[in-house]
Amino acid sequence: MSGGPSGAWPLWEVFVRSRRGLSHTHAGSLHAPDAEMALRNARDLYTRRSEGVSIWVVPSTAVTASSPDEKDPFFEPSADKPYRHPTFYEIPEGVQHL
Amino acid sequence: MTAALALGDDALVLSHRLGEWAGHAPVLEEEVALANIALDLLGQARVLLSLAGDEDELAYLREERAFRNVQLVEQPNGDFAHTIARQLYFSTYQELLYERLARGGGPFAPLAAKAVKEVAYHRDHAEHWTLRLGDGTAESHERMRVALESLWRFTGELFEPVEGCEVEWDTLHTAWLARLTSVLERATLAVPEGPRRGAWAAGAGRQGVHTESFGRMLAEMQHLHRSHPGATW
Repeated sequence: MSGGPSGAWPLWEVFVRSRRGLSHTHAGSLHAPDAEMALRNARDLYTRRSEGVSIWVVPSTAVTASSPDEKDPFFEPSADKPYRHPTFYEIPEGVQHL
Repeated sequence: MTAALALGDDALVLSHRLGEWAGHAPVLEEEVALANIALDLLGQARVLLSLAGDEDELAYLREERAFRNVQLVEQPNGDFAHTIARQLYFSTYQELLYERLARGGGPFAPLAAKAVKEVAYHRDHAEHWTLRLGDGTAESHERMRVALESLWRFTGELFEPVEGCEVEWDTLHTAWLARLTSVLERATLAVPEGPRRGAWAAGAGRQGVHTESFGRMLAEMQHLHRSHPGATW
């Protein structure tokens, strides 16, 4: 299909909320001519087996991503600070989605 | 049951036609969309044909003249605009019909109540493409116009009363035309003016008279089951 119309169509990132109370999570990406069609394509591609109750589509160009070159200054400093991790207390029974 | 066969064959035949796009659709996303619609229709066909008899026997062992689908659904896929025009005409009709059958409480009410949600999506899909093709480029507009006109003569048959469906066909037709007109206007297209009934119109599928390409479609659909009866995997 490369070289077909999909090559000229913009790319969209798809976020699906699987259940009420959960947040939208990234499901994948797809090509579509506009947002309305992207939403419909997302419905067909990512929620056919009842995976979702809500969909967001976002133009991929609107996503600003961190660069692999910045990995060390971005993420490494957090590795040696265990006091930031909530590991010093017991989680009460029955707490979900934590 | 005449009505179960008529409605079941509509769904089965259109499902097979849409399935022919697999591997050929203009883009991957659209291929999945069409296959999705085809599978919805196949599910409806299975329920309806099971009301009329053995679903496999009815689908795979009947001759052409025994099929009761309207001629619209057996028309070849053509270009993408033809597929969308066929879908727009049919899904708009099917949604209105199923709404009425669901309310009517007859033998088809449970199926119709469930299927009408699927069909609303099919209609929505066809409308969105109609808007984009009609109000798109000069070429897409022209192709959509040609497709709407060439399939127009098959639409009169949709409103021939089906024995066993307690539906007011005249108001169904009025609602269909109103819905279609509003979509085509927004798509900068016109409702075709050609004949839909009478000597110059097509449509005797409900009586078992089908168009030329239908035999070839059936041959492909049925050959596996006929060559290997009862095969499973």
